[in-house]
Amino acid sequence: MQIIVTGILLGGTYALIALGLTLQYGVARIMNLANGETFVAACFIAFWLFTAMQINPLVGLVIIAPAAFAINWAIYSVLLKPLVDRAKNRGMLEVDSILATFGLLFLLQGLMLLAFGGSYFSYTFLAERFMILGNPFGLNRVVAFVAAVVIAVALYWFLYRTRHGTAVRAVAVDPNSAKLVAIDVAKTAAFAFALGGALTACGGALLSTFYTFNASMGVVFTMKALIIVIMGGVGDVRGAVLAALILGITETAVASLIDPGLTIAATYALFIIVLLFRPQGMFGRQTT
Amino acid sequence: MMRLDNTEIRIGFFGALAVAALATLPLFSQGYYLSLGVNLMLYAALCTAWSLFSGPTHYISLATAAFFGLGTYTVGLWVDHVSFPLLVLGGGLVAAGLAALVGLATLRLSGVYFVIFTLGLAELVRQIVSWTQTKVSTRMGLYVFTDFTEVHIYWMLLALTVAVFVTGWLIGRSRLGFAMKIIGNDETVARHVGIDTARAKILLFMISGAFIGIAGAISAPRYAYIEPPSAFNPMISFLVVIMALLGGTKRLWGPLVGVIPFTILFDQVSAQFPNHTPIVMGLAFLAIVYLLPDGVTGRLEQLRARMKRPREKLGEEVRA
Repeated sequence: MQIIVTGILLGGTYALIALGLTLQYGVARIMNLANGETFVAACFIAFWLFTAMQINPLVGLVIIAPAAFAINWAIYSVLLKPLVDRAKNRGMLEVDSILATFGLLFLLQGLMLLAFGGSYFSYTFLAERFMILGNPFGLNRVVAFVAAVVIAVALYWFLYRTRHGTAVRAVAVDPNSAKLVAIDVAKTAAFAFALGGALTACGGALLSTFYTFNASMGVVFTMKALIIVIMGGVGDVRGAVLAALILGITETAVASLIDPGLTIAATYALFIIVLLFRPQGMFGRQTT
Repeated sequence: MMRLDNTEIRIGFFGALAVAALATLPLFSQGYYLSLGVNLMLYAALCTAWSLFSGPTHYISLATAAFFGLGTYTVGLWVDHVSFPLLVLGGGLVAAGLAALVGLATLRLSGVYFVIFTLGLAELVRQIVSWTQTKVSTRMGLYVFTDFTEVHIYWMLLALTVAVFVTGWLIGRSRLGFAMKIIGNDETVARHVGIDTARAKILLFMISGAFIGIAGAISAPRYAYIEPPSAFNPMISFLVVIMALLGGTKRLWGPLVGVIPFTILFDQVSAQFPNHTPIVMGLAFLAIVYLLPDGVTGRLEQLRARMKRPREKLGEEVRA
């Protein structure tokens, strides 16, 4: 029971980074391998806001999310838009965007290593006991989970209940047909990429309240987010959330029952099962 | 019987001369330049082997570190019990086995799954190896004591590079190479003319992986002490991608053009500014995407084509 609750609490944060990636890949068609670096950068900014300016990380989200939105919009229009324009087909764009975001990954990681060094950081925020079903949990984990749920629900409402959100989903389904119903595809893609970056940054800021982080761990989170996105089906919000919770529970179970050194192996086991049996995602339909 | 035309005989002749000249390097230098030569040879073998698969398919494989580490570990585990040549062969077989598994899981699907799968592969194998090691024995590392010096490793890597080149050339004229050319141009067409695309890709990935595993096995005596984090260093995967793409993968010798300058540059940077290596790698990736999408060799060919074009145009005008 303890494992399941801890896993779900962890899965909440995973869901945010995976939702960010699924928007970036599903709508903007950019496989952003530097996503984990956005995530870690948000950890550091939340850390800095809290220790230097005594700003509560939850309030910090109000600063971090818009900043990440603006920066990701800039990254998309300066670095990635030229690649979208020059690509002759989807495959070329995939190769180009993978290589370009590898470049970003190392560049950002290098800059953060220079700024903060390779050591681990953490800060104490709401480190109190909170009882769920008779078991104690860190209050910071519970608060981070609740915040993640609020953000995810807001995203769901936006995508399924508003005009803009419908446009975003239309581009995800088919960019060429979306043009026919007067959707500005280029702008919607940039918006989705920026929104994805903002969601990822929110996930990072929330994770930093209960997790020790360092400058070079971004790749691990990118990896987890990628696997969640594929498990859930690319561009599928409900699938990503469910997959994130499954991954959170599996990781916690393997770490506490077998060995904490085997978390990547656990993620991969899930990944292989998905690849072999449902490569189109959990809720996806078989393509012909 | 294979027939060779004049150009091929000439290339073969000059190739043999170049290899003979390179083999004499240890006679001139035993210190820094030999060690640099070993590095150059290692990356020449790795990048050319990588391009055997990733060149025609355009799939970016990040599995290099996993194959390399498996080769190193094969030697580390049995160096006291089995003869070295057998172990080198074994390293290649183990790596090819892993390549087959990865290929079966991902190469039937689209390229993105493959990239993502290989991204964490080295880390996955590292975790499994360290976990098994802590269960089976108490020590973390392995000692590799052999009579091999840098000179021997240099010669073995040179021989391996030659083997990779010859294999690449043979694949180029085989049915498999022809199939890969079609798959690289248009996979749908390839499937419609009856090519088993998944089988061809898996086979090629295994060949490429086997060579990388062999390179890892040959390099094992260099380390003397092998630990999971150093054997499965993910940096190797990324460096190989950068060097091969910097040189260009359209020609068999393309990666060499990237290997030589980048190995020297990276050697200097990691010696003098060890904290700046990720930034250099990041800039290299960005430079490849935005400035040299077909690598240096691709750019040179473009320039040559542009030089030719005005002359032809001039010729037409004269004729008119």
